[in-house]
Amino acid sequence: MQGGSGTSDRASVGLSARGLACRRGDRVLFAGLSLELGPGAALHVVGANGIGKSSLIRLLAGLARPYAGAVRREGAAGLLDERPALEPALPLGKALAFWAAADGHRAMAEVHRMLGLDPLLDVPVRYLSTGQRKRAALARLIGQAAPIWLLDEPLNGLDAAAAELVARIVGEHCAGGGICVVASHQPFAVPAIGRLELAEFAA
Amino acid sequence: MSATLALLLRRDLALLLSGRRGGPVLPILFFLAVAMLFPFAIGPDPRLLARVGGGVIWVAALLAAILPLDRLVEPDLELGVFDQLALRGVSEEAVLAVRVLAHWLSFAPWLMLATLPASALLGIDAATLRVVEWGLLAGTPGLAALGVMVAAITCGLRGGAALGGLLVIPLAVPLLIFGAGAVAQAGIDGGGSGLALAAAVSLVLLAVAPFAGAAAIRAGR
Repeated sequence: MQGGSGTSDRASVGLSARGLACRRGDRVLFAGLSLELGPGAALHVVGANGIGKSSLIRLLAGLARPYAGAVRREGAAGLLDERPALEPALPLGKALAFWAAADGHRAMAEVHRMLGLDPLLDVPVRYLSTGQRKRAALARLIGQAAPIWLLDEPLNGLDAAAAELVARIVGEHCAGGGICVVASHQPFAVPAIGRLELAEFAA
Repeated sequence: MSATLALLLRRDLALLLSGRRGGPVLPILFFLAVAMLFPFAIGPDPRLLARVGGGVIWVAALLAAILPLDRLVEPDLELGVFDQLALRGVSEEAVLAVRVLAHWLSFAPWLMLATLPASALLGIDAATLRVVEWGLLAGTPGLAALGVMVAAITCGLRGGAALGGLLVIPLAVPLLIFGAGAVAQAGIDGGGSGLALAAAVSLVLLAVAPFAGAAAIRAGR
């Protein structure tokens, strides 16, 4: 699996895009976007609603095909968006256990404690609040141990303390040689984070 | 990859069997209810019932297979499970192939079991029942593949469940013709040719469904 091999060799981690253009329906959202991220790089994508932040994240993840241009990823990508990919009917612990098993059973107890998920492990996912679900998805992302993190509005629904925690986790990920692209309209306090104004590429 | 697929099969089976995604209970009760309606509708003449019984069971099985359609693919697409698996190198084709297997395992054994009381209701004799059961064994993999394929094609559409049912019925006609035809031919050649053709249709559907469904999911992203 990609997730397992990605962590061992962080030196070759990279994410680049060349002449990227994105079309939704019959509208081109942005065009001519190029970026180049190496180990330890963090990028904050900002822009108004509907300008294509989420579409850019999905293009970088390889889940959507670009209208023009190309994306190159070296290393596995992990995605955090508004869909937690956790079965609503299952207790949180079981729902997370599926992804932990798929990603090779890393020790997750420490991660759960850090994210404050311990008391929630027996609660069915559908009873969790937006913020709790976001923290659970974050645990899934950490467990995947992918070197490239693509976060779409990771702070939505989080309280101030949790938002600070997310910024710290992203900071640690990048300090460890990972790459992180964050699409968010909220400020994101990570040291040495780059800034990409999507409006500059609006077509 | 194969470890992840085994994991996925266990998850799918647990979800489909436990009733968290509908479960087999309602479709099976529906199957029995349809089989029970026919004696009421066409009268209690045992000879007539025994003659149409095999076909009735096939029609009831087909209708019951439509019920779980909207729970087969849509929930995972909404949850982003397909995206997360794709990021881990598991293609949509593989996910859907596993889903076909899980759907068949969660549906067909119960259907074949429920055929026993249904055939008693319809007064079907033991020899015919054997052909019906063989036919279901040959035909239900095709029905499962067809169900998953149509569920993938219609997911995300408004009224997708009703549209899915409408799409399944004509596509299942070959299965119905050969499966029910085997029952009609039981007296001539033991129904062997009908069973073989039903199995052939199943194989075609099994081969096509994961690819057609995956293409639909990718096009819808």
